[in-house]
Amino acid sequence: MLSDKDRIFTNLYGAHDWHLAGARARGAWDNTKAILDRGPDGIIDEMKKSGLRGRGGAGFPTGLKWSFMPKEVKDRPHYLIVNADESEPGTCKDRDILRHDPHLFIEGCLVAGFAMRANAGYIYVRGEFYNEAQNLIAAIREAYEAGLLGKNACGSGWDFDLYVHRGAGAYICGEETALLESLEGKKGMPRLKPPFPAGAGLYGCPSTVNNVESIAVAPTILRRGAAWFAGIGRPNNTGTKLFCISGHVNKPCNVEEEMGIPLRELIDRHAGGVRGGWDNLLAVIPGGASVPLLPKSICDTVLMDFDSLRDQKSGLGTAAVIVMDKSTDLVKAIARLSYFYKHESCGQCTPCREGTGWMWRVMERMVTGNARIEEIDALEEVTRQVEGHTICALGDAAAWPIQGLIRHFRPEMERRIRARTEKLAAE
Amino acid sequence: MPKVKIDGVEMEVPAGITVLQACELAGIEIPRFCYHERLSIAGNCRMCLVEIKPGPPKPQASCALPVADKQEIFTQTPMVQKARNGVMEFLLINHPLDCPICDQGGECDLQDQAMGYGFDRSRFHENKRAVPDKELGPLVKTSMNRCIHCTRCIRFATEVAGVEELGATGRGESMEVTTYVEHALSTELAGNLVDLCPVGALTSKPYAFEARSWELSKTESVDVMDALGSNIRIDTRGAQVMRVLPRLNDEVNEEWISDKTRHAIDGLRHQRLDRPYVRRGGKLVEATWDEAFGAIEAKLKGLDGTKVAAITGDQCDAESMVALKDLMTALGSPSVDCRQDGAKLEAGVRGSYIFNAGVHGIDKADAILLIGSDPRRESPVLNARLRKRYLSGHCVIATIGPAADLTYPAERLGAGPATLRDLVDGKLGFLEKLKAAKHPLIVVGMGALARADGAAVLALARDLAEQLKAVRADWNGFAVLHTAAARVAGLDLGLVPGEGGRDVAGILAGCEKREIDVVYLLAADELDMGRLGKAFVIYQGHHGDAGAHRADVVLPGAAYTEKPGTYVNTEGRVQLGQRAGYPPGDARQDWAVLRALSERLEKTLPYDSLEQVRARLVAVNPSFAVLDRQAAGAWGEFGKGGAVSDAPFVSPVANFYMTCPISRASRTMADCTASRVQLMAAE
Repeated sequence: MLSDKDRIFTNLYGAHDWHLAGARARGAWDNTKAILDRGPDGIIDEMKKSGLRGRGGAGFPTGLKWSFMPKEVKDRPHYLIVNADESEPGTCKDRDILRHDPHLFIEGCLVAGFAMRANAGYIYVRGEFYNEAQNLIAAIREAYEAGLLGKNACGSGWDFDLYVHRGAGAYICGEETALLESLEGKKGMPRLKPPFPAGAGLYGCPSTVNNVESIAVAPTILRRGAAWFAGIGRPNNTGTKLFCISGHVNKPCNVEEEMGIPLRELIDRHAGGVRGGWDNLLAVIPGGASVPLLPKSICDTVLMDFDSLRDQKSGLGTAAVIVMDKSTDLVKAIARLSYFYKHESCGQCTPCREGTGWMWRVMERMVTGNARIEEIDALEEVTRQVEGHTICALGDAAAWPIQGLIRHFRPEMERRIRARTEKLAAE
Repeated sequence: MPKVKIDGVEMEVPAGITVLQACELAGIEIPRFCYHERLSIAGNCRMCLVEIKPGPPKPQASCALPVADKQEIFTQTPMVQKARNGVMEFLLINHPLDCPICDQGGECDLQDQAMGYGFDRSRFHENKRAVPDKELGPLVKTSMNRCIHCTRCIRFATEVAGVEELGATGRGESMEVTTYVEHALSTELAGNLVDLCPVGALTSKPYAFEARSWELSKTESVDVMDALGSNIRIDTRGAQVMRVLPRLNDEVNEEWISDKTRHAIDGLRHQRLDRPYVRRGGKLVEATWDEAFGAIEAKLKGLDGTKVAAITGDQCDAESMVALKDLMTALGSPSVDCRQDGAKLEAGVRGSYIFNAGVHGIDKADAILLIGSDPRRESPVLNARLRKRYLSGHCVIATIGPAADLTYPAERLGAGPATLRDLVDGKLGFLEKLKAAKHPLIVVGMGALARADGAAVLALARDLAEQLKAVRADWNGFAVLHTAAARVAGLDLGLVPGEGGRDVAGILAGCEKREIDVVYLLAADELDMGRLGKAFVIYQGHHGDAGAHRADVVLPGAAYTEKPGTYVNTEGRVQLGQRAGYPPGDARQDWAVLRALSERLEKTLPYDSLEQVRARLVAVNPSFAVLDRQAAGAWGEFGKGGAVSDAPFVSPVANFYMTCPISRASRTMADCTASRVQLMAAE
């Protein structure tokens, strides 16, 4: 369990003042100049050593990502883009950072922007986060007034401007290249990669898109040292992480914990346990809607980090733990997720545009058992036809929950089909 | 050059190309829907997936992936097969099974590729998507249920046509390609959308349910609707021209044609002259060839050659023009003119009247000045080329002449010749930009030349070209943009007044003063017929347009689809048109009519076959010996210094859709005109 002294987000619950004064009292903006004085390469090296993996879901090493930016600013400016379009069902960690600890995050923007030699940063905030955006904007204003942002930010000699852009509520705009398109004023549709944003991103300039949490933890890592951060968690899965626990638990909550904490401990200690006790657990979606669910048998022992969940053919994703007890109609729950992906598919590329609608419609029939047993195999095959064939990962995200359901709860699906067939035959 | 291995075969490919292009070089066809060579890469259909090593363990879209050294590309592995079959299944689940009633049937990419990658039955048991059809104007019919969202049409409209009017609304499976909000496309290139659509979502409205592709005979020919000489394929069924499609020619029209080129063809069915007529008692009455020739013979007998004149039209083939010229020479008339509009261009110095840089030269130009030309209306395909040049960057464009939306930004320096004079005199800043350019291009349109001070304007343009050193061994940036398909051939053949002859203005004035007694109009309709006075008018042509109405004798000729003919486009490129069908009724090929008439007049022309006429063309001007090639013309003295008027330049094309007897007879072009008027009124 994470001890209090190792917490990065000390105002996660909004109990204290989120304004500049309060944030400073908690240690934010503490001698940021000293961090910047290490130079971009020094910062990136430290980030690499910390082993921080991107907190947006894919888990790509953050320091490595920053190092992809060109080493010199040539004819095109560099940009830092922060993805605050937090829309993954079950996830609400960035939201709390934005509204309760915006200064920690803004400081991170400066540090990250400096490390990638960017003079401007854009924060793409989810459209629905109106109040959060207001807090963020107010905090940015405070930072400007205190000389922490803008010309000669923190007295470092580096100019850094930060802009907030509010999205219009499309899930796909959280995909990094769709976000860039949206930021440029176009329809939010993912771009083909390559070229990657570090080569040609916003307006064709070198850009790096990071998650809010990845940025917000950076100043603390740099202040306390990579060794401290790397010492928490497991190898290759280091540091602390915000977990969002929702669903059938007694006390749904956001909590900062050590990477690799056992799922059961996480739920029992922080969320007051599963409703009706651990044995009442049916399944858990461990990382937001787009990762395959885990049945109770796996939940008993699994550790919450990137690698151990990957070994279970699931993923840490955004660490949004959705707990479902035995009262859950699991097929219906996954069908609802399928509807979400059908609704949020941008429509650009074929497998996702056509496949998400198809999968959802079949899932709806699976709920009532209005299908044939072979159709479960057909459905599984359709998910495989979508997976890995699309421009962005939304296709994969739509396919995985269904694959998880079929992998672990196929008997339940078959039972419904048989029940309905028998019922019809009896009539 | 990177070395790649494609399906186990190692080869070197040019750097910077995509994997798909590399596979094509290796002779392996990659299925695709959204990819198109001339449009930006969308990568959205996912049909062109291939397996790449090294790379992620999933197939990659080959259309968007650059080749890299030591790359291994696999196009036939089980992973690739499975991916393509999967994509095909997805494309088909919501695609209606209406091939039997779909106009795309037989030439449908989806149909073809479904044979290779599809499955013979469907696993999709849900309802198919239904999408409301869209209104895109009189040329493009939509069946949006069939749309596979490849976005080729959107990219064409945005990138090539330069009208940002098509887009997609909605998301996911609710995505719909549409205009905002339901209106006709304001482009002259709309017909190309139909060619680009890989399925039957966009089909040709005028051609709807007319024919099946496999019933049509295909003839490769050349367009005469504007002076670009677009390469076309004429599809006929029996005697009727069913449709016109573009042919690929990177040097001329790439693979686009204008809407007039494509859709004016229904004009070939209406208002046709299918037999000779002779005016008796003030009325045109049907006659035999013999009677018609007799009437001409009676009129010309004993008449002095100086009292006879001839004017050729804008769509004539070179063969008929040389025959007319020879006949007039035999009759002793020096008054022959091919410049109906009175353009002040002279035969002789070829460099003075052709688009010397060539259409492909536009790609090279880095500063372009348009003088008295609205290329969008005068030659939309050439205009698209100018836009392409603009899009590729580092090119400044300015215009002196009518204010027009050219689909790319062009600085308007002024309206008339005074501005041009100021530019030549160095009073305008744009001169510096032209001077700084390596390949300056000066495009002179008919709006600048077909006017009283045209020769002076031409001289000014020449001065400018000299000043910029735009005419040199490696580059000739002096370019005349014609509006008439026959004009360059006419000038090449010397159809200008000879010693003591009259030009068009002189002929009309002579008619009014009764100094000219007989006028021979070879398909010339763009004249003020009222000024022909009491002259005896012989009209030879294919349509009952202005000329035929005024004529005393009408000789039915053939339209461009009905005769083999030689045409020279604005660049001076000699191209052959082929016969796709026969002229209606008693109508005959034009040179043959003239040959027959000459015999009757006892001035028999010395050629009996098409080959002999063509030999005559070469004898008159050797440039006719070289087909399909373009080169800058000889440079020399031309134009006539003098005062210029203050009148602004006006493009000769007021209504793009109706510029010739064929397009004026076309119902489709009338619909387009009405639609455009409506669109402009709405704005």
